Amino acid sequence: MKPVFEYTKGMTDAITSYCPGCTHGVAHRLIMETLDEMGLLGKAIGVAPIGCSVVAHQFMNVDMCESAHGRSPAIASGIRRVHPDKVVFTYQGDGDLASIGMGEIMHAAARGEKFSTFFINNCIYGMTGGQMAPTTLIGQRSTTSVDGRTREQAGMPLKMCEILSTLDGPSYIERVALDSPAHIRAAKKAVRKAIEYQLAGKGFTFVEFLSICPTNWGLTPPKAMEWLRENMIPYYPLGVYKDEEAQDNGDK
Amino acid sequence: MAEKVLMKGNEAFAEAVIRGGVRFYFGYPITPQSEIPEFMSRELPKRGGKFLQAESELGAVNMAYGCGAAGGNAFISSSSPGIALMQEGMSFLCSAEVPLTILNASRGGPGIGSIQPGQADYFQVTRGGGNGDYRIPVFAPASIQEAIDILYDAPALADEWRNPVMILVDGLMGQMMEPVVLPEPKTPVTSADIPKLKPWAISGSEKGQRSVVKSLRLQPEVLEQHVEKLFEKYNRMEQELQKVECDSIEDAEVVFVAFGTMARLAREAMEILQSQGIKAGLIRPISLWPFPYYAFDALTDKTKVVISTELSMGQMIQDVQLGVKGRFPVKLIHRTGGMLPTSIEIVDKTKKILEEVR
Amino acid sequence: MPKKQFKVVFNRERCKGCELCKSFCPKKLIEMDTQVNARGYCPAMMTDQTQCIGCQSCALVCPDGAIAIYEEE
Repeated sequence: MKPVFEYTKGMTDAITSYCPGCTHGVAHRLIMETLDEMGLLGKAIGVAPIGCSVVAHQFMNVDMCESAHGRSPAIASGIRRVHPDKVVFTYQGDGDLASIGMGEIMHAAARGEKFSTFFINNCIYGMTGGQMAPTTLIGQRSTTSVDGRTREQAGMPLKMCEILSTLDGPSYIERVALDSPAHIRAAKKAVRKAIEYQLAGKGFTFVEFLSICPTNWGLTPPKAMEWLRENMIPYYPLGVYKDEEAQDNGDK
Repeated sequence: MAEKVLMKGNEAFAEAVIRGGVRFYFGYPITPQSEIPEFMSRELPKRGGKFLQAESELGAVNMAYGCGAAGGNAFISSSSPGIALMQEGMSFLCSAEVPLTILNASRGGPGIGSIQPGQADYFQVTRGGGNGDYRIPVFAPASIQEAIDILYDAPALADEWRNPVMILVDGLMGQMMEPVVLPEPKTPVTSADIPKLKPWAISGSEKGQRSVVKSLRLQPEVLEQHVEKLFEKYNRMEQELQKVECDSIEDAEVVFVAFGTMARLAREAMEILQSQGIKAGLIRPISLWPFPYYAFDALTDKTKVVISTELSMGQMIQDVQLGVKGRFPVKLIHRTGGMLPTSIEIVDKTKKILEEVR
Repeated sequence: MPKKQFKVVFNRERCKGCELCKSFCPKKLIEMDTQVNARGYCPAMMTDQTQCIGCQSCALVCPDGAIAIYEEE
């Protein structure tokens, strides 16, 4: 029998600690499959965030360190200074990256740091139990916005791809979604592009994954996929927000 | 024997730590140590090193954590309020056992305070500041030469113990000039050496094993074991890293205890008192953690009083009391907010205290 | 040319019973077992291997690495 799909050796054998249906598992796998296919598992150094994926290093089969909440881009900047020939990435959630770690991500991106950030946006704080995130949608319920987030009380959700694409440092920014097999295939291509750009010595690369949190959204995983499609994608449009190579070609 | 050169404190500190093997600096400007990042930005690139100005002190300490976790010899410097921000990272570094050399040029507080010399961060640096059970060796030199010698050894010490090491100075020491002798530069570690020298560091699993640098231990029994393991190390540090200088204490009637800049003033006061026939001595802790409690055991029955002299409202005095173990009265002579006493002021206050205790 | 035959293999113990594979199978070939696995989840299983078109949708959406797909030679 010829294997058509097998679990990547980029992931350890450990069963993840994530809830049933949580797309952290999908995002982990896409990154690790890509590194494996590119022959880079031995050269990769990752930084795990604070949040449910604080334990990502138990599942991603590469050298990794933990970070304080939001500080991964600073940590990756430090790692990069020591190992300019390695592949460095951060894996961060929406509270970690777009709230407490806003300073670190903005400045790492602005410096054009040569690492890749994989940003999991599921519109909620997962590990702490479903509080409002900087990306929680207007009207979305959370344990700190029980009647739904309002613009008056909490302002508007942050669109990180759009914000970061105003900077000159990043070389590649794309928002993808993990809500369907087709989108997951597209997401993997974005991961590959981010890593290829990093290897080519271009600036900072960033991929945002629209993800689901069935547990804290109070939906079954299949229903959560529908909710993502109907609510998140209209506010967080998918697509490439920055592509240095395409821009270079366009100028010629 | 190397030549004596006249150097300004901040630049001498930076030069010493480069000669000690540091090749990575991460910093954020704050008075009174901003000449250190300035010096590093000029000098490190010339010597194969890297300088990165961080977005904040939080950024700086975490860049250093990443650098250290990846096996690099990192150095950061800041001053009191900046150190407060960095202490988030220091707690992580201790738990993850990542080496780092830190210079703290402490200033007047609380709050934004003043930029003048202060020692009101004694608790901050010896009692944690960051969360959890951890310890960081803190050395408080009283001259630029002594600071150079400590900073030169600090990167190797941090590597040996896999723990951050702090050098505590102040703006006065940073700004003044003294003749110093610079030690011979050590050969720095290169990225290629790291997998062999520091197999625990995250340098890519192609080295033959997968490394994970972490501080999270969700199961309480596992965390307890980890902290107990850390404390076996801290206990050994307490035995091996205590450093103190004692002067004329055997027959001293009055014994000053002072560190850093204040020790220079206390020494002057001691000499004035001695010239007036009053037997005065000085215990100068060089390591603030581990505090050299044993030094107080050398005091004899001739001692009438021990005076903690501090640039704070009295913080080190708690360690002095622990060292004295109730054998003698312990008093305080102090100024705070960035004010320095004159040696005459210390002498006058000491005479009043002596009248009370005699 | 004969129709390709695929074999979808579920790892019962890795499966958390999230039903994403079931919901995305275009041929509706996946059902959940009524018997729980060691971790207490009702794992996914194939009802009819012969109907599988090898589209990998189930494996792509599986967050838990519980699905492998092979082509019969």
